[in-house]
Amino acid sequence: MLSDPDLQKLIFGRFSLEDIPFHEPILQVTFAGVAVVGLAVLGVITYYRFWGPLWRDWVTSVDHKKIGIMYIILAFVMLLRGFADALLMRAQQSIAFGANDGFLPPHHYDQIFSAHGVIMIFFVAMPFVTGMMNYVVPLQIGARDVAFPFLNNFSFWMTVSGAITIMISLFVGEFSRATWLAYPPLSGADMSPGVGVDYYIWGLQIAGIGTTLSGINLIATIVKMRAPGMSMMKLPIFVWTSLCTNVLITAAFPILTAVLTLLSLDRYIGTHFFTNDLGGNPMMYFNLIWIWGHPEVYILVLPAFGIFSEVTATFSGKRLFGYVSMVYATVVITILSYLVWLHHFFTMGSGASVNSFFGITTMIISIPTGAKIFNWLFTMYRGRIRFDVPMLWTLSFMVTFTIGGMTGVLLAVPPADFVLHNSLFLIAHFHNVIIGGVLFGMFAGVNYWFPKAFGFKLDEFWGKVSFWFWTVGFYVAFMPLYVLGLMGVTRRSQHFDDPSLQVWFVIAAFGAVLIAVGIAAMIMQFTVSIRNREKLRDLTGDPWGGRTLEWSTSSPPPDYNFAFQPRVHDLDAWDDMKRRGYERPLDGFQPIHMPRNTGTGAVIAALSVAFSFAMIWYMWWLAALTFVAMIAAAIIHTFNYNRDFDIPADTVVRTENERTSMLAVRA
Amino acid sequence: MPIPSPARRAACRLLQGLALPPLFLLLSGCNLVVMQPSGDVALQQRNLVLASTGLMLLIIVPVIALTLFFAWRYRASNETAPYDPDWNHSTQLEVVIWTAPLLIIIALGALTWISTHTLDPFRPLGRIDATRPVPADAKPLVVEVVALDWKWLFVYPEYGIATVNELAAPVDRPITFKITASSVMNAFYVPALAGMIYAMPGMETKLHAVINKEGVYDGLASHYSGSGFSRMTFKFHGMKPDGFDAWVAKAKDKGADLNRESYLELEKPSEAVAPRFYKSVADDLYTAILNMCAMPGRMCMSEMMHIDATGGAGKESHGNRERLQYDNRRIEQGDEPNGATAPAAGRAPRSEGAPNQEGSPENKKAPPTSSDDLQRHHH
Repeated sequence: MLSDPDLQKLIFGRFSLEDIPFHEPILQVTFAGVAVVGLAVLGVITYYRFWGPLWRDWVTSVDHKKIGIMYIILAFVMLLRGFADALLMRAQQSIAFGANDGFLPPHHYDQIFSAHGVIMIFFVAMPFVTGMMNYVVPLQIGARDVAFPFLNNFSFWMTVSGAITIMISLFVGEFSRATWLAYPPLSGADMSPGVGVDYYIWGLQIAGIGTTLSGINLIATIVKMRAPGMSMMKLPIFVWTSLCTNVLITAAFPILTAVLTLLSLDRYIGTHFFTNDLGGNPMMYFNLIWIWGHPEVYILVLPAFGIFSEVTATFSGKRLFGYVSMVYATVVITILSYLVWLHHFFTMGSGASVNSFFGITTMIISIPTGAKIFNWLFTMYRGRIRFDVPMLWTLSFMVTFTIGGMTGVLLAVPPADFVLHNSLFLIAHFHNVIIGGVLFGMFAGVNYWFPKAFGFKLDEFWGKVSFWFWTVGFYVAFMPLYVLGLMGVTRRSQHFDDPSLQVWFVIAAFGAVLIAVGIAAMIMQFTVSIRNREKLRDLTGDPWGGRTLEWSTSSPPPDYNFAFQPRVHDLDAWDDMKRRGYERPLDGFQPIHMPRNTGTGAVIAALSVAFSFAMIWYMWWLAALTFVAMIAAAIIHTFNYNRDFDIPADTVVRTENERTSMLAVRA
Repeated sequence: MPIPSPARRAACRLLQGLALPPLFLLLSGCNLVVMQPSGDVALQQRNLVLASTGLMLLIIVPVIALTLFFAWRYRASNETAPYDPDWNHSTQLEVVIWTAPLLIIIALGALTWISTHTLDPFRPLGRIDATRPVPADAKPLVVEVVALDWKWLFVYPEYGIATVNELAAPVDRPITFKITASSVMNAFYVPALAGMIYAMPGMETKLHAVINKEGVYDGLASHYSGSGFSRMTFKFHGMKPDGFDAWVAKAKDKGADLNRESYLELEKPSEAVAPRFYKSVADDLYTAILNMCAMPGRMCMSEMMHIDATGGAGKESHGNRERLQYDNRRIEQGDEPNGATAPAAGRAPRSEGAPNQEGSPENKKAPPTSSDDLQRHHH
């Protein structure tokens, strides 16, 4: 680049053109694909002159509904990336036996399994969950937005920035090889020199800021912004699970931030928290990362439980069985999730009493979880069950998750864990609960609330196709891994000696292909639904016979959600209103006070990508510059007094009249 | 491979019963080593897996069956089924819902508490198998295990020999493994013998086990440790006492000497290493490895701890700084560190083949590829 090496180092840090993998065929194809799709998207936006609306109505939007939708779009996009990694791993493991090394050398394979884990947890599951909570919580509690709308926009863009940072590692430099939790001493500066672990650290730190702030925001929203009459024990169950999840986020993510900060101090300025050197101790890292890591599992699954509760009640045409015990079960899980972290490393040599304590606390969590399953079961009992797509996902979840829960409790028995830890049995177990629990929950939620968000239902045929391929594909892909685990096969292996294992890996790879068809069917489902949207249109705002407040407003809801704040008298407020012959008010509309859009969140987030890139590549001048710019942007934003506006009464009248005529069309 | 035992056939049959018909053939040849181990500790762990699973199935099977039954029975098209939209609470049912799992967890918790203590890997064995207690005069076979990059070193202090990637023990004699690692964390696992335990640099974990049947079993690294991790496997030989003596004699006969120099050569990263024997082992070598001071000029952990225990070295401690750096030896010696990525890996990003040997001096940090250490297993 530059002839003077010192000057080059000063400007570009440790970056040089050689760090761009021009010669790697897999990446060339990927890059070509990304470039073609990216250019197509840019072209379409330009052709339809969408840049203005994109900036005004989406990027700068502080509307919780739009932010929720964008979170879920992010999750779907990143799912494609994370799943591509999964396909590569399944392909490698199904051919690399004996003399055959497969097509991925360890150096590349290690990055793929590290990236797969990071992306699936942080940039698929988390955005799904946060997006779902963002969209649904304010509507369910009868609020007009979240407590801090600007913060919400900022949180979202920080999550995107984290995802972009991780994605940059695909084409500039390399990603970490130190697994999705970056255990030291392997992830330390001496054992993992290079940019890989730094991409990991900065990607997660930036996204972590967004997640923590979003947790605080949603707690404040749920505590302070409920409609009059909605006492805590009248909260929809999804809001309860969201509250607990956000409490967990707020209490757990700072631990992740702290432990990654310590790791970056080790890597950047030569401290020795987790090194072998100078009395450091990697065991501290194991404890800290799992004190975040185990609550994280419940952060993901609790909102999914909430979705299943809503779906089961709605599609059984019944109030949820045992609401009170459901609430207590959720709270008990929240508290217990902090007392189990050590079960992730029974094999590290703790004493028998410590191991049994954490084993038994882990088992205790299965009691409230079991109670939840029974509650769904007895919600179905004496119901009128409609098997729409959300309910199919819920049923598949109940069976699949029960199996995953059983293998989980098995792994909680320390001596049993000694033979199953780090094996493919463990891999099968956590995919069993994360796909069967979290992902199925999110798919149920997407199918359930899509008509609310866009005013038309999703196509049922393609929904069912995707459901069946996902469910069957899941079993075909992961049951063989249980068997392989019992054969003593460990995880993260790039190559195997024993050819008799191969057939199981081939079956698993076939399962992954079935899941790929399931994902393709999902894309078909969205495409077909958008094309047939007039046929699938829902004019009522309540296509499923819903029970909670989000179904009382139009689909999609107006910017202000509710023209009048609803009054709540009972659990399942909307069901209660319908039963008591609720009449929608047709006059008396007032101007509505709303927050104004702002680009600050997107600007700071964009700067944070540049900042982390600079930190990763040691371009110190750029890091300093972007850091100062971020702080400046935040300060300047505090002087922005133009933060709110009123939706004039006549706009509200016009919007509400449109709704009146839509409802009349149906009648 | 051990001869199929009745237990193994039973486990296979159980799986066959559960699996779909096309899987019959597959499972008939299965070797579920975790379900049919050959050592008493692993056997007790297997029994625990089965007992816990059985306990849980008491509640899992009814739940799954009820889910499917309720879904079918209360389907919307079934007009004959009762519909009771206001029924949402039943105290009796709630009590059952919470109590049934609670009872199972109480049983499982008790089982866990007892088994975790009896099967604590640090606890010396009390029995050789279900019928035979350990004789009072039995002296366990001590094996010092070191997870290297990326091969296993086994030291037998009683016999003064050491091996790489081959482990042997006489049948029915208790074994005490003392386990550590040289650079990053790993886990020592012989599925047929006993559960795994982490191998950690600067620390020692222990595992007590016994092998009850003759045979050759697979051993592996089960905690990811970098490039050579997948090929860090070894064979564990369960032998008759005289067979074991012959094996020791073979090591004495054919092996080289393992001293500091040859250890430091061995310690360098290498992959897929063929078994190797050492007829003698320097006395303090394992202690030095455990204390991370096998390399000249490094301070032993024990010395550091002694200084700390006596109140620290004060200002003098600065002089110890250099001697307490262990992790930088890969970079210093020009070997590629375990998790190196671009630009430090010295390879083109994600390159297929061997690391790039040409170019800037930085790019010369490559693992030895032509050394005798590298013998790939080709079947």
